Amino acid sequence: MIKEKDLLGLRNISTDEIDEILRTAVPMKDIIMRDIKKVPTLRGKSMATLFFENSTRTKSSFEIAAKYLSADCTNLAVSTSSVQKGETLIDTAITLEVMGIELFVMRHGASGAPHFLGRNTKARIINAGDGMNEHPTQGLLDMYTMKDKKGDLGNLTVTILGDVAHSRVARSNIWGLTKYGAKVRVVAPETLIPVELQKMGVEVYTDVDKALKGADVVNVLRLQKERQSSGLLPSLVEYNKFWGLTSKRVELLKDDAIIMHPGPMNRGVEIMPDVYEHPRSVVDEQVTNGVAVRMALLFMMLGGKSGDDIN
Amino acid sequence: MRKFIEKAVIMDEDQMDRALKRIAHELLEKNKSLDNAVILGIRTRGVPLAERLKKTIEEIHGIVVPIGVLDINLYRDDLTSLTEQPVIHQTVIPVGVKGKKIILVDDVLYTGRTIRAALDSIIDMGRPELIQLVVMVDRGHRELPIRADFVGKNVPTSKREKIDVLLKEIDGIDKVIIKESIEEDE
Repeated sequence: MIKEKDLLGLRNISTDEIDEILRTAVPMKDIIMRDIKKVPTLRGKSMATLFFENSTRTKSSFEIAAKYLSADCTNLAVSTSSVQKGETLIDTAITLEVMGIELFVMRHGASGAPHFLGRNTKARIINAGDGMNEHPTQGLLDMYTMKDKKGDLGNLTVTILGDVAHSRVARSNIWGLTKYGAKVRVVAPETLIPVELQKMGVEVYTDVDKALKGADVVNVLRLQKERQSSGLLPSLVEYNKFWGLTSKRVELLKDDAIIMHPGPMNRGVEIMPDVYEHPRSVVDEQVTNGVAVRMALLFMMLGGKSGDDIN
Repeated sequence: MRKFIEKAVIMDEDQMDRALKRIAHELLEKNKSLDNAVILGIRTRGVPLAERLKKTIEEIHGIVVPIGVLDINLYRDDLTSLTEQPVIHQTVIPVGVKGKKIILVDDVLYTGRTIRAALDSIIDMGRPELIQLVVMVDRGHRELPIRADFVGKNVPTSKREKIDVLLKEIDGIDKVIIKESIEEDE
């Protein structure tokens, strides 16, 4: 049971809730693997995706998860909607809500936008990425993948490599993993490390080789290329040389360590093509697990009654 | 919440054991061969019963029938009206269901809704040759046109009563008891 009406981040969610999501995702993954990828569980339930930023995997992953569970999913194409005529976020959502939408999956460039919408709708909200704040379902699917491959999260050393300052993926990973007592290392050029990072309970490195040594998991973040034009990086080639994950650097990890990337990848910048194809790369499996985790969440948030209804 | 008090023991350990042995014989009599069969236990109490049936068939006939576990919660017809969501477990069928003789096992047959959900979930995994149903107790009051092929014991009940099949693996004891609601007395 998700206690709050909305799933906005992993910062304010309990390990009991995370455990239940990850446990429910296991039978959901079985459904993805079978011939008939559909169960009637959420028949008659309606949800909508509201993406104010571009997305391939998150948006289609939610849509596919909804379909496998027999929920009806509407995708609002923001670029061709009345948002372009100046309709506000709340009015847009309420318009869909009065048509019967019970849950919104929302991505927005502004941190806190889903929180704001959640206070103004009866429908439940799942944050699919808000600005530089959180991307909780990516955090959950990363944790599912780590737990599936490496076991108890509390025993793991996880190195997050890349643009931590601007990464909502990093923040959701850090909030989630530190709850379980995992050792989280963060490594990036100093211009891409936010000042208050130690307060989140992580070890901050500026030497890539030291940060990778002996880790169970490396989670490579996408370098947003616009960071170079804003003067935070000298050049992409130089970033690749000093911070990119190469097969040589992979050897510093534990022998059975796994390599993760939330996608989309900049091959040859933060990750080399041969590292993506490495036998211990789980990048593609992360995407499959993403559908399973989102199915679990939709089941928990759309099936049965919410905490508010019971009280 | 309704309260129930125990009224009588309907089956003891020996009777349950004999019922399973009889069903093992009947299964072979009806099917002639169990070469292509799979026993599927419905969570929770169908699972240990399925294991016992497998063992009994092995002891009597020397045939090893593969076994699987079915979780029907994703197929329930009352999901959106339940106040507490059920915990979803894995469905595990090591050999698949396509072209197989499915021997479905549950503890009590009542409204038939669980079996309807089980049938839907099996058919979504492939097209079996046939599905037969084994239950320890059939207590009547069907709400759907569903019947069992093999029954441990038929027990006529009223709707105010409740049947509990207790199993050593889960409850520490083997017995079937009938309970009665005391709500109306209060």
